[in-house]
Amino acid sequence: MKPSTLRTLVLLTALLIGVGFALVFFYASNEADQGFIQKIFYLHVPLAIVALGGFVLGGIHAIRHLRSGDPVHDARSYVSIHASVIFGVAVLVTGAIWAKGSWGKWWVWDEPTLVSFLIVFLLYCTYYPLRYAIEDRDRQARYASVFAITAGAFVPLNFMAVRAAESLVHPRTFGTVEGGMPGDMWLTFLVCFAGIALLWVTLVSFELTAKRTSGQLSRLRRALDDGGHGGGPGVARRIAPSGAGSR
Amino acid sequence: MSGRAPSTGKVVRAVLGKDLRVELRTLQSVPAMLLFATTIFVLFRFGLDRTRLDGGLAAGVLLVTILFAALLAINRIFVAEREQGGFEAIRLAPADGTALFFAKAAALLVYLIVLELFALPVFWLFFLADASGLVPMLPVLLLLDVALAVTGALIAPMATNSRARDLIGPLILLPLIVPAMIAAAGAGRHLLAAGGPSYEQYGTWLAVLGLYDLVFLLIGWAAFDFLIED
Repeated sequence: MKPSTLRTLVLLTALLIGVGFALVFFYASNEADQGFIQKIFYLHVPLAIVALGGFVLGGIHAIRHLRSGDPVHDARSYVSIHASVIFGVAVLVTGAIWAKGSWGKWWVWDEPTLVSFLIVFLLYCTYYPLRYAIEDRDRQARYASVFAITAGAFVPLNFMAVRAAESLVHPRTFGTVEGGMPGDMWLTFLVCFAGIALLWVTLVSFELTAKRTSGQLSRLRRALDDGGHGGGPGVARRIAPSGAGSR
Repeated sequence: MSGRAPSTGKVVRAVLGKDLRVELRTLQSVPAMLLFATTIFVLFRFGLDRTRLDGGLAAGVLLVTILFAALLAINRIFVAEREQGGFEAIRLAPADGTALFFAKAAALLVYLIVLELFALPVFWLFFLADASGLVPMLPVLLLLDVALAVTGALIAPMATNSRARDLIGPLILLPLIVPAMIAAAGAGRHLLAAGGPSYEQYGTWLAVLGLYDLVFLLIGWAAFDFLIED
C-alpha cells in the first residue's frame, strides 16, 4: 500500500474515532439502568465484533491461500489474526471493566458472550506457538492456514454451545441492547463501530506493508550478494518484478 | 485392474488394520491410557476429597479423565508415521491422502471406546452410588469420542511435524474441544444427578455434539491433504 494511502487511512481512523468518542460523551444519552458505565459499550462491542470478524476473515484468507498456494494470502491471514488477537486483549479488558462496573465483579461466568470470547481468544493464542514451531516456510504457511480454517469454523460453533449452556438457566443479561436502543445510541454506536473497524484495517495495512517491505529488502540484499559474482541476469532485472509493492 | 489406484475405503481399512495390529503387538497407547485414567480417578478422589460423586461433579471428573487419557493417544498417533516414513509412503502411493485422516480418526475412536469399556466400570466402582445414568451416557460419550478422534487426527500431524511436538497438540486441542465438553458435561450433569438420571436438554446436547463432529469431520476431510503434502 502506498504511503499516501496509509496516511489517509490513519487520518480517517483518527477522525472517526475522535468523532465517535465525542458522540459517546456529549451526545448519546445515559442508559437508564446502568448509567455512565454503559458507555464502555461503544468501545467494547465494536472491538469484539471487529475481532471476531477479523478471525473469520483470517480463515477466508487461509482458504484462498490453500487454494492458490500464494503466500500473500497467508500473510493476510496471519496479519488478520494477529490484529484480532490484539483487539481480543482489549475486548477482555473492557469486558472485565464493564462487568466490574455493572455487576461488581471483574469476571462473570454467567455471561455467555464473554465466556465464548475467552475460549475463542485462548484458541487463537495457540496460533503463534504452532506457527513458530514449524521451520519450513511452506509447511508453516500451510499448517497455519489449516489452523485458521479450523478455528474460523470453531468461532460460531463455540458461541452456539456456550449459549445453549447458559440461555435456559440464566436470563440474557443485556440481550436487549439491540432491541430497544434509541436512535442517538444507535448513531453513536455505528460511528464508533466504523472507527474501530477502520482502526483494524489501518493496523492490518501497516503490518502488511511492513512485511512486504522487509521481504523486498531481503530480496534486494540477496540479489546484491549474488550480483557480485557476475553472469546470469543482472541485479536490476532480477529485482524488478517484485518492485510493485511500496514506494 | 492392478494398475488402478485403490479406493479410499480400501486404503483406510489397510492403514487402520496396520495401526490396530501394531497396537496389539506393541501395546503402546491403550494400556497407558487405562493406567492413566485409573490414576486420574485416584487423584480426583483425593483432590476433591470425595468418595461419592453425582451431578456435574461426576460428569466433570469422568469427562476430564477421558479427555486427558485421549491426549496421550493423540500425541502418539502419528509418531510412527513420522519416524518410519509413513507420511512419505502415503504421498508416494497412488492413494487419497485423506484416507490417512479417516484411518487415524477411526483408530483413535477404537482406542477411546476400549478406554471407556474399562474406565466406566472403574468410575462406577470408585464413585457412583447407582449406575443407571451411565447407560444414557453412552451415546454422549460416543459422540464425544468422535469429536476427540476427529479433532485429534486433524491437529496431531501438525504437532508431530513441528519442533515443539508434545506441546502443540494439547495446547491447540484443549480450547478446540471446549464446545464438545460443554455439551457432554451439560448432558452428563443431569444424567448422573443424585436422584437418578433426568433427560433435561438431552436432545439439544446430542445435537450440539453431532454438529461439532460433523463440522470437524468435514474440515478434516477438506484440509487434511494440505498437512501431508510437502
